[in-house]
Amino acid sequence: MYLNDVIQFAFKAMYGARTRTYLMLLAMAIGVASVILLTSLGEGARLYVTQQFSSLGTNLLIVLPGRSETTGGMPPMTGETPRDLTLQDVMALQRSYHIKEVAPIVVGAAPVSYRQMEREVMITGTTASLFSVRELHMASGQFLPEQEMTRASPVCVLGRTLQTELFGNASPLGKWVRVGGYRCRVIGVLEEEGVALGMDLSDSLLMPAASAQTLFNINSVFRILVVARSQEVMDKARQDIIDIIRARHEGEDDITVLSQDALLSTFDRILTALTYSLGGIAAVSLLVAGIMIMNVMLVAAAQRTAEIGLLKALGAPRRQIILLFLTESACLSMIGALLGLIFGLGGNQVLQLYFPDFPFQAPDWALWAAVGIALFTGLLFGLLPARHAANLNPVLALSGR
Amino acid sequence: MIKLENASRTFQVGDELVHGLDDVTLEIKAGEYVSIMGPSGSGKSTLLNAIGLLDQLDKGHYFLDGKDTTKLSELELAKIRREKIGFVFQIFHLIPRLTAAENIALPLTLAGVEHDERNERVNDALKSLSLSDRAHHRPDQLSGGQRQRVAIARAVVTKPLVLLADEPTGNLDHASGVEVIDILEALNQQGITLLLVTHDAELGERAQRIIHMMDGKVLP
Repeated sequence: MYLNDVIQFAFKAMYGARTRTYLMLLAMAIGVASVILLTSLGEGARLYVTQQFSSLGTNLLIVLPGRSETTGGMPPMTGETPRDLTLQDVMALQRSYHIKEVAPIVVGAAPVSYRQMEREVMITGTTASLFSVRELHMASGQFLPEQEMTRASPVCVLGRTLQTELFGNASPLGKWVRVGGYRCRVIGVLEEEGVALGMDLSDSLLMPAASAQTLFNINSVFRILVVARSQEVMDKARQDIIDIIRARHEGEDDITVLSQDALLSTFDRILTALTYSLGGIAAVSLLVAGIMIMNVMLVAAAQRTAEIGLLKALGAPRRQIILLFLTESACLSMIGALLGLIFGLGGNQVLQLYFPDFPFQAPDWALWAAVGIALFTGLLFGLLPARHAANLNPVLALSGR
Repeated sequence: MIKLENASRTFQVGDELVHGLDDVTLEIKAGEYVSIMGPSGSGKSTLLNAIGLLDQLDKGHYFLDGKDTTKLSELELAKIRREKIGFVFQIFHLIPRLTAAENIALPLTLAGVEHDERNERVNDALKSLSLSDRAHHRPDQLSGGQRQRVAIARAVVTKPLVLLADEPTGNLDHASGVEVIDILEALNQQGITLLLVTHDAELGERAQRIIHMMDGKVLP
């Protein structure tokens, strides 16, 4: 029997029982589509987080005030607060041989206004070195000037969104804006940058760290970003940071140093596990679809008992009848899987329209796995009904018993 | 051509053993026209199924075309059915979703006959049974007589040696029944060996040779 005859026979049988065919295709398609959508969700979360962290730049260490305790137990009753990090600490870090660059970050919110336009934004106080630490790009003008860290100066750099909101299409360079109770001159506009660690620089105003401290009337630094000289000396740089700060904080280890890699690999592990478990949950629905195929094919074999008897009388051996029935379930699962691919990938596109920031992207392995499992369950669960059909006694089958 | 030696076939029905065939010895020559008659339960259909290799003997031997079939594998039996035997059934056994032409082509399709040759042979069969204008009708669009003609066309499209007809007129009115028997007899004239199971005495009498059966035995 020719292959295309076998397939034609299967298609006619499927067309002959349309309702059951549509239902089975739907079940298979939902199974495959849910595998694709759920793994896209997991993979999207992973990509999203990875993007967030990698836009921070490489060889980066983040220094936070306070020690994150992982030993458990009661919090100290004395209510001690960690010592703040100061600009002097930042300058001290610059002296380490293993550290290439240091950028302090002071944050706060303040209204920024230009003529009648006012907008409440995040103010980031930092230094010129943030430019290379965060790998920023200028749309126009220049970044904060290289100067003594502790010196305030009335200049600022605008994020792209803030610039459009305050100035529209006009160039803001050289204009004076009011920030809280202070005034500063705009010397540059940042190019559109991604959101990193919840810091959206595009809707922010950057000013020298000392100016920001004056503005918010504080002495502390929110974070210190440290770039090590190379990947190899990351550990040494980390140790230097801890040693220097301990020396400056009277022997107290009251800072936390995070590395981008450590964060990234932790999140990566968590989110990969999430993707797999979501995929696993969805695979159960594929299994259900497979069992449905088995069920329906068994009913089909029972309904077509006389037909199977006829095929045997016409000289079809067992293996040919198995082939015919398996082809039918394979076609069902294959078309179902294709429909599922279309639904799943189409669903991804639709979700992407609604959530443009979140990368909905099914991992390649999920596409292959979904289609593969669909075909596998289709064939596996098709085998039992096919064997059942092939083992029918032709005399009894012909008499419809 | 067909030779049964001490053929026996028993069935378990409840606690009882029923003899479908009881020590039957029989020989049918090529080109013969034989009718098998007897009351229901006499073993007519069992004999026909055994000759058609749908059923296996418990005891004895069955030689078809000089070959002992009792020792053949399932695959070889299927091959003999495909090449040498044609079946016509009382309830036609046409596949409802296929057209007349597709039903007739089915044995050729299963046997892997090439597309062009298949069409040619199906068209010949349709023409010889004056079904050409019904080729693309499905069974539910055909009359009983037409359905049985399609079934006959399907049985002979592979050019078998033996045509086995089990009550071919049982579901037809008298006129269609006579027409079907005429067709079968015409095929016999062209050389095919025809075995006809019936309990209609009038039709049975038309055969050259009549085999009477009772309780699984062939009456002398």
